[in-house]
Amino acid sequence: MIGFWTLFYKELLRFWKVAFQTVGAPVLTALLYLLIFGHVLDEHVLVHGVRYTSFLVPGLVMMQVLQNAFANSSSSLIQAKITGSIVFVLLPPIPYSAFFAAYILAALVRGLMVGLGVLLATVWFAELRVVAPLWVLVFALFGGALFGALGMIAGIWSEKFDQLAAFQNFLIMPLTMLSGVFYSIYTLPPFWQGLSHYNPVFYMIDGFRYGFFGVSDVAPEFSLSVVVTCFAAVSLLTLSLLKRGWKLRA
Amino acid sequence: MQSAVSIVDVVKNFGELKALSGVSMEIGQGEFFGLLGPNGAGKTTLISCLAGLARPDSGALKVLGHDVIEDFRLARRLLGVVPQELVFDPFFSVRETLRIQSGYFGIRKNDDWIDEVLENLDLTSKADVNMRRLSGGMKRRVLVAQALVHKPPVIVLDEPTAGVDVELRQGLWQFVKRLNGEGHTIILTTHYLEEAEALCGRIALMKQGKVIALDSTANLMAAYPGASLEEVFVRTMQQ
Repeated sequence: MIGFWTLFYKELLRFWKVAFQTVGAPVLTALLYLLIFGHVLDEHVLVHGVRYTSFLVPGLVMMQVLQNAFANSSSSLIQAKITGSIVFVLLPPIPYSAFFAAYILAALVRGLMVGLGVLLATVWFAELRVVAPLWVLVFALFGGALFGALGMIAGIWSEKFDQLAAFQNFLIMPLTMLSGVFYSIYTLPPFWQGLSHYNPVFYMIDGFRYGFFGVSDVAPEFSLSVVVTCFAAVSLLTLSLLKRGWKLRA
Repeated sequence: MQSAVSIVDVVKNFGELKALSGVSMEIGQGEFFGLLGPNGAGKTTLISCLAGLARPDSGALKVLGHDVIEDFRLARRLLGVVPQELVFDPFFSVRETLRIQSGYFGIRKNDDWIDEVLENLDLTSKADVNMRRLSGGMKRRVLVAQALVHKPPVIVLDEPTAGVDVELRQGLWQFVKRLNGEGHTIILTTHYLEEAEALCGRIALMKQGKVIALDSTANLMAAYPGASLEEVFVRTMQQ
């Protein structure tokens, strides 16, 4: 267990030492989204009976939780692989399950810290209530952990920074931006509405938002089942890659 | 007595490249053992297989009787490896690096030993300096320190003195000889053959993934009376 806690602590320390970049910057980005979209649309748009700025805040929080959880595990692994310092975690007797858990937990902590930062920075601009805090917590935890695991796969698979950037820009970014962060999917044409149901991030955002307003596009129980299933599938894949040492051990 | 390292018929291919072609050797406890050969001979691949960084295609490797795949936790705990490449984690100071490395091996509160290692490697004044700010030689010393934080009975030094100044070399060898005197098994790869000649009791010469000679340093040199180890090395490789 000491090996696990040390790796977890190391991963925390790694992002905390550059917190301005890893925590501060995403909070500022979310704040800018809120200021721009909120200013333009708040007077004109009601979603599920909620003013647009209020509707937007939970989506932005969850989006940053997911993107930063992904960024933490993926950037840590790719940096370690490219600089060669990955040997320091491959040489010791750390079981692959502990390796997985440490990276996921650290990714989750960063995601939640950024999410909390976004919430604290944006709450002043919107009327926000939390009607079901447990749903908020559950979706944040499973969503962050799922994206932490995806980040591990991306970090293990990538051999260069541009491969990781491709993963991030062509998969993660579209999935999060087209998940209903900025809109309810029921405002979309039927084709895009149908397509959105195949995007697992939609269920994370929708379920997370349910915790705030008590209304959602899909029942939160169903959303949670999708998110938990995805988390289990991605975790099993990550664990099997780690067990085989795929792209880590020659 | 149990061998410190047992390597039996290890084969490792990278695609068409035969990196190791049936390598076998036994290294006794407390030995100072040299693993020599030209670039591409398979030394680092063999060390990688021993350390679990690479999986052999066939054959078996054991550290103090523990298989490096089946019983990897114990095998890795017994092994300390100084990698050949000058790698470091740029986020941490020297002391943080060593504390973290201790933790990976399940050791908490290791500061007394860390201080001793730092002192022996002349790193005490750099303990709180970030790794990025160290010179190449200093980074190399930290790599050695990282391999020693868990006091492994078997220590593998893969070209530890590459790019290191004379003063550090002497300090490093003094420290390693002391560890060897205390019972640690040392496996050394180096291109500085005079170092191998002075330090190693036995030497294996590798070429193209095979062991072409394995004997005591004295016996290897006796085959070419009056020759230095460098001359012995060159002649053996030419055979």
